[in-house]
Amino acid sequence: MSQLSLLVAKNISKRFGGVQALADVSFTINHGEIYGLIGPNGAGKTSLFNVLTGIYAPDEGAFIFDGEPLAGAKPNDVAERGIARTFQNIRLFQNLSALENVMIGRHVRTRAGVFGAILRDRRTLAEEAAIEKRAYELLEYVGVAKRANDLAKHLAYGDQRRLEIARALATEPKLLALDEPAAGMNATETQALKRLLEDISRDGMTILLIEHDMKLVMSVCGRVLVLDYGKKIAEDSCAVVQNDPKVIAAYLGGEVSLNLKGA
Amino acid sequence: MDILLQQLINGLTLGSVYALVALGYTMVYGIIGLINFAHGEVVMIGAMVSLSVVTALLGTHVPLPPAVLILAGLVVAILVCMAIAYAMEKIAYRPLRKAPRLAPLITAIGMSIILQNMALIIWGRNYRTFPTIFQPTPYNVHGASITDLQVLIIVLAGLIMAGLVFVVQRTRLGMAMRATAQNPQVAGLMGIDINTVISAAFVIGAALAAVAGLMVMTYYGIAHYYMGFLLGLKAFTAAVLGGIGNLAGAMLGGILLGIIEALGAGYIGDVTNICGFPFLSDSLQQQCAANDGQVSLFGSNYQDVFAFFVLIGVLIFRPSGLLGERVSERA
Amino acid sequence: MSARRRRKAIPSKAWAGVALVAVALALLPFVAALVGQAWVRILNFAMIYVMLALGLNIVVGFAGLLDLGYIAFYAVGAYVYALLASPHFGIHLPFWVILPLGSGLACIFGVLLGAPTLKLRGDYLAIVTLGFGEIVRIFLNNLNAPVNLTNGPQGINLIDPFHVGSFSFAKAETLAGIPFSGPQKYYYLLLLLTIAVIVINLRLQDSRLGRAWEAVREDEVAAKAMGINTRNIKLLAFAMGASFGGIAGGIFSATQEFVSPESFGLLESIIVLAMVVLGGMGNIPGVILGAVLLTLLPEVLRSTMEPLQNALFGRVLLDAETVRLLVFGIALVAIMLYRPAGLWPSAVRKRELEGAKAGS
Repeated sequence: MSQLSLLVAKNISKRFGGVQALADVSFTINHGEIYGLIGPNGAGKTSLFNVLTGIYAPDEGAFIFDGEPLAGAKPNDVAERGIARTFQNIRLFQNLSALENVMIGRHVRTRAGVFGAILRDRRTLAEEAAIEKRAYELLEYVGVAKRANDLAKHLAYGDQRRLEIARALATEPKLLALDEPAAGMNATETQALKRLLEDISRDGMTILLIEHDMKLVMSVCGRVLVLDYGKKIAEDSCAVVQNDPKVIAAYLGGEVSLNLKGA
Repeated sequence: MDILLQQLINGLTLGSVYALVALGYTMVYGIIGLINFAHGEVVMIGAMVSLSVVTALLGTHVPLPPAVLILAGLVVAILVCMAIAYAMEKIAYRPLRKAPRLAPLITAIGMSIILQNMALIIWGRNYRTFPTIFQPTPYNVHGASITDLQVLIIVLAGLIMAGLVFVVQRTRLGMAMRATAQNPQVAGLMGIDINTVISAAFVIGAALAAVAGLMVMTYYGIAHYYMGFLLGLKAFTAAVLGGIGNLAGAMLGGILLGIIEALGAGYIGDVTNICGFPFLSDSLQQQCAANDGQVSLFGSNYQDVFAFFVLIGVLIFRPSGLLGERVSERA
Repeated sequence: MSARRRRKAIPSKAWAGVALVAVALALLPFVAALVGQAWVRILNFAMIYVMLALGLNIVVGFAGLLDLGYIAFYAVGAYVYALLASPHFGIHLPFWVILPLGSGLACIFGVLLGAPTLKLRGDYLAIVTLGFGEIVRIFLNNLNAPVNLTNGPQGINLIDPFHVGSFSFAKAETLAGIPFSGPQKYYYLLLLLTIAVIVINLRLQDSRLGRAWEAVREDEVAAKAMGINTRNIKLLAFAMGASFGGIAGGIFSATQEFVSPESFGLLESIIVLAMVVLGGMGNIPGVILGAVLLTLLPEVLRSTMEPLQNALFGRVLLDAETVRLLVFGIALVAIMLYRPAGLWPSAVRKRELEGAKAGS
C-alpha cells in the first residue's frame, strides 16, 4: 500500500431493505488531495459517507484509513481516528452559539472530565482557555468570527455551512468529508466557499467532497469518483471524467451521441 | 402441575382485561406517538362509576335482575369515560401535538394525578366493595375451577376485540385511523379530519377501558382510587410486549402477560424455595420446619415485579415487541 | 482579540446582593423558628429537595433524558444509611463514612440501570426508569422474609442522627450563648452541603462535559460525528444524578430518623421531576426555585387550608394532601401548555421548547 494513500475503500457494499445503495465500490484517496464524489441523485453518495463515518456498517468490504482498518468503528471512533464530516442538511447545534458549536468540536481532542469540571484545577482551566481560543481562531479562519456569539440558527445560510466546516475542523481531522457544502448557495457564496476549500487544502488537509455543483467540483477537485445506482462508474482526474461517456450518460440518462463512434 | 391449569385459567381471565386496556394504549400510541399515562385512571373511573350506578340502583330497592344492574352500570361508565377521554385529548394533548415528546408525557402524568385525586375526593380513600348481586358459579375442569364470571369476561373481551378489528379493518373510520397512523400529514391532505380520527382513538380506547374497569370490579370485588396506576402500567407493558401500535399485538401481549403473571405468582414460591439447600442459618431452618419445608426467597407478593421485568426486558432486547416491525433510524 | 462568550462579568453591585442573601440565609432558621420549629424542619426538607432536584436536573435538564424512577437512587442512599446507622443490624458508622458509600452504591445502580437502557428513545426510557423505580420499591417492601433485610413496610426507625463525636445534630444546645435547636443545627450543615452541590452543578454545566451534554441533547447524531461518545456521556449523567440522589437520601434518613418504602414511590419521582420542569429544566437557579416552591407551597397550603375549612365548615372537606396533589397535577398540565420552559427557564431551553411550538 502506497504511503500516499490516506483512505482506501475496498469493495464496499450496502443494502437497505430492497435497495442496493452501494455495490462493490472501491477507491483510494491520497494525502493532500481534494477528492470529489459525484453522481446523480440517489447514486449512493451520502450512503457512502454514512458507511464511511460509521453510521451504518457495510454489508461487505472494508475501509483502511491511514494504514489501519476502520472495521466496525462507531461514528465517534471514526471522528477520533481523524475523519470529520459535515451533513447534507446542516446539523449544527441550533440553539447554541457559533462559538459553542466549534468548542464542542474540540471535545474529541481534549480530556477534562468530571473531576476537572468540578475542581477546575489549573490544567483544566488552561485547557478551557485553549479550547475557546482555538474555536475563535477557526471561526476567523472560515470567516464567521463576527457572529461568534450569535445562535447557530440565526446565522445566514452560507455562514451556517461555513460554521459546520469550522466545527469539523476543530476535531483536527486528517480527512475532511463535506456533504454538499455548496447546496443552496448562490454564485458569490460558492466562490467564497471555493476559496475556503483551497485554503484548507493548501494548509495540508485532505478533503472528500460530495457536490452537485459541477463548476465547483471541476475547479477544485484533483480526482473524482463517480457513482451511479450504487456502482462506481469512473474514478479519475476531473478532466478525464468530464468527458467519460458513461458519466455523461448517467447524468443525462441513456446514451448520448457525441460525435463519437458507437459507445 | 396441579396448579398449572388453574393458573392458566386465571391468567387468561386477567390477560383478557389487560388486552382490552392495552388496546387503548396501542391505538393512541400508534396514531400520535403518545404514551397516554392517564389511561389507567380511565379504567379506574370506569370501575368506580359502574360501582356508583349499581349501588345507587340497589338503593332504590326496585327489584332488578343483576344483568340489568350491571348493564346500566356499564353503559353509564362507558359514556363517562368516553367524555373524559375526549376532554383530556382536547384540552391537554391536542395543543401539544407539535411539542417535543417530553411535553405531552408530562401533561399525561399531570392528568393522571388529577384524575386520581378527583376520584379520591368523590369516592373517598377507602377500598370500595362491589355489592354482591350475584355469586359466580364454579365449574370443575380437570381439577381446576373456572367460574361463569371468568368465562363471561374472556368471551366478552374476545367479542369486543373482534368488533374492534372489524371497525379498524372494514369501516371508513378504521381506514382513516390506519392512514393517520402511517402518515398524519398526508392523511390530512387526503381529506381525513385528523382531529376526529385522534379523538376517535381516545374515545374508543376509553370505552374499552370502561368495560375493563367493570370487569376488574366484578372479578376482584373491590375498587380503589389508586387501582388504575398499576393496572395501566401492566397493560402498557402488554402493549409493548405485543408490539406497540399493533392491535393484534396488544391482544396477544395482554393475554400473554396475564398468563406470565399468573404462572409466575403461582410458581415463584416453589422455584425459589430454599429449604432444599445446604448451609441454611438456624432461623431459616426453623422456618422451614415450621412451614412444611417451604420457605421462598420470593413469594407471590412479588407478583407485580414480573410485569416490570417483562417491560424492561422487552424494551431492551426487542423494543419492537413480538408482532411489531423492526424500526430502524436513518441518519 | 478573543470574543468572550455570553458570560457577563459580575458587577460589584451584585456582590452586595450576594452578601444580603448570605445574611438572610444565616438568619432564616431563627425567623422561621418564630413561627414554629416545624418550619425549620420544612426549610431543611426544602434543601434536601434542592439537592435531589439538582441531581435530576443533570439527567433531565443537562443531558435531556427523562427519568421517572429517580427516586430509587434516593431510596438506595436512604436505606444504606438506615442499615449502617441504626439498631436494625446494630451497626453505627459515622455519617461521613456512610454518605459516600450510599452515594457510591446509588451511582452503581445508576450505571446498572443506564447501561442497557440509554439507547432507548425518550418515552421508552421514561417508562423503563419508572419500572426500575417501582421494582426497587417493591423489593424494599418485601425484603423482610425469609431474611429480614429491610424490615419491609414497617421501615427502619431509630436511625442515628448526624454526629461528630459527642456533638449530635439532633440535640438542642446552646453554642456561643445562642440557643440552637436540633433542626437549626442541621440547617447550617445542610446549607453548606446544598451550596456545595449548587457549586458543583454550576461548574459541571460550564465545562467540557456540560457542553457535551448540551450537544447530545441538541442533536445526538451530530454529537457523535464530532467524536462524542454519547453512550458514555449519557451514562455519566445518569451516574452523577444518581450519586446526588444517594447523598440526599442519606441526609433524609438521618434527619427523619426513620425510613419506609412508602416515601419512595412513583409520586415522589414525579414530584422531583416537577420541580425540575416547573422551575426551568436545565437552569440551575430555576430548578432551585422549583424545589423551594414545591416544598414550601404545600406546607403553606396545609397550614392555612385546614384551619380555614374547619372555621368555615366545621370539618375538613378536602385534606391538604389531596389539594396539594390536585394543584400539583393541574400545575403540571398548565405549565406544559403555557410555559413549557418553566418558570425561570434557561435561555437555551426556552429557545428549544418555544421554537418547537411556534415553528414547524
